[in-house]
Amino acid sequence: MSDEKALSGEKVMNNKIDSYKRRFLAQSAVITGAAALGGGLVLTRVVQARPASQAVSSKNRWGLLIDTRKCANDCDACVQACEMEHGWGRGSSDEQRSSPAQKAQWIRKVTLRDRTTGHETSLPMMCQHCAHPPCVDVCPTGASMKRDDGIVLVDKHRCIGCRYCMMACPYKARSFIHEDLHGQKTASPRGKGTVESCNLCVHRVDQGKIPACAEACPEKAILFGDLKDADSEIARRLASEPSTEIRGDLRLDLGVRYQNI
Amino acid sequence: MVKRYGFPLLLALLLAAGTPALAAAPLPDIPKAIKGEQCVEDTGFMRRNHMALLEHQRDDTVQRGIRTRQHSLKHCFTCHVVQDDHSQPVTAADPRHFCRVCHDYAAVQVDCWQCHVSIPEPSATSLRGGQP
Ligand code: HEC
Ligand code: HEC
Ligand code: HEC
Repeated sequence: MSDEKALSGEKVMNNKIDSYKRRFLAQSAVITGAAALGGGLVLTRVVQARPASQAVSSKNRWGLLIDTRKCANDCDACVQACEMEHGWGRGSSDEQRSSPAQKAQWIRKVTLRDRTTGHETSLPMMCQHCAHPPCVDVCPTGASMKRDDGIVLVDKHRCIGCRYCMMACPYKARSFIHEDLHGQKTASPRGKGTVESCNLCVHRVDQGKIPACAEACPEKAILFGDLKDADSEIARRLASEPSTEIRGDLRLDLGVRYQNI
Repeated sequence: MVKRYGFPLLLALLLAAGTPALAAAPLPDIPKAIKGEQCVEDTGFMRRNHMALLEHQRDDTVQRGIRTRQHSLKHCFTCHVVQDDHSQPVTAADPRHFCRVCHDYAAVQVDCWQCHVSIPEPSATSLRGGQP
């Protein structure tokens, strides 16, 4: 291969074309390798959980695909699972003095009704894990943050409770804790004076598990996965089936997408 | 002048007063760990530097998703447990708690327990809705 020689021989070539060429070469090498294994052998990639000591990376982007046709109007298993996992709502006996509008709400069920036809669509609504999150833009302390793997969350150690992020969020995904709490879960520390929202169950995702809501859905309407892994079920379905971003006009590039709304 | 001679003067006074004055404030009686031959680092090092380790770990975990056990706050309570008269682990609301004994003595107040649980995780995994 004369091309390969030219590439290795010259360090100066760092324009786009060369990077394409190099990638093509790398790919053809893999294909050749696979072919050499002969027929009948299928190579499947082993997805390994990240070691505990390794930082998250932008090679992944975690997201959800929610099929509203599978989401029953009278079911809130996902909400309940979140409450139990993170210790809010029915998962806690705190926040007795806060009004319903003030209480924590990491995820909620929303019903959309077509005024003309009367058709109702039910869906769970939570932090949409934007690639360009307004809550991060407005935060004065850097507490509202996006991890390299796309998960948007509050670093409560830095949160001063100013609530700018709550105003900035187009999805009303965040809540503020107004009272002292006592019955927290070890895995999900929460406390008065800070803002919180769905964190895609980081503590579970970091261990290779799926978020509590996705695990609890009896209809498997919530699919969790890596949007950047072309072989993942979520990426394949997003590529082959239509899906919607809520308020897609805001161009926030959401990590949570819906189908059939 | 006061600045320059204040400290030696104080020291001299204390020495003059003799040992009884110094013994008036007993050193904290730090509860022994219930498990483990040694701490996650050398005991002397932990005594002086535990706060730095914890603060480093919290940024590593929250911002970078690093979840090693060694310097994790929840991990401290697998070994550092103080039990009450009913053999129940006491929380940091109780002055007998491992983290309280020194802190009360040194007048240190940490806000960690507003959010973090200060006792070991219950062995029976907590209720989780709708899972197998
Ligand atoms: C494997 C069990 C174990 C774990 C986990 C552990 N420790 Fe320790 N720790 C010990 C032992 C054993 C000692 C030695 C003193 C004793 O026997 O109580 C000690 C001593 C200490 C001391 C000095 C106490 C003194 O007597 O002066 C501090 C401070 C301390 N640990 C903090 C921590 C912190 C903070 C964590 C969590 C990051 C932690 N330890 C996790 C077992 C443990
Ligand atoms: C306002 C609530 C809040 C307060 C106050 C708080 N934390 Fe946290 N802390 C959290 C949250 C939320 C996490 C993330 C939990 C997760 O993702 O698993 C966390 C995670 C951590 C972690 C990593 C997880 C672990 O258990 O090792 C450490 C270490 C930590 N905090 C230390 C501290 C220390 C030390 C203090 C007190 C000086 C403190 N935190 C105060 C909310 C709080
Ligand atoms: C051996 C005594 C001792 C024990 C046991 C101890 N601490 Fe401390 N801790 C101190 C002292 C003394 C300071 C203050 C150091 C300073 O200000 O220079 C301190 C400071 C801290 C700080 C920093 C506070 C600040 O405002 O900067 C944190 C966080 C902390 N300790 C957490 C813990 C936790 C969590 C535990 C229990 C797992 C614990 N400590 C157990 C002696 C102790």
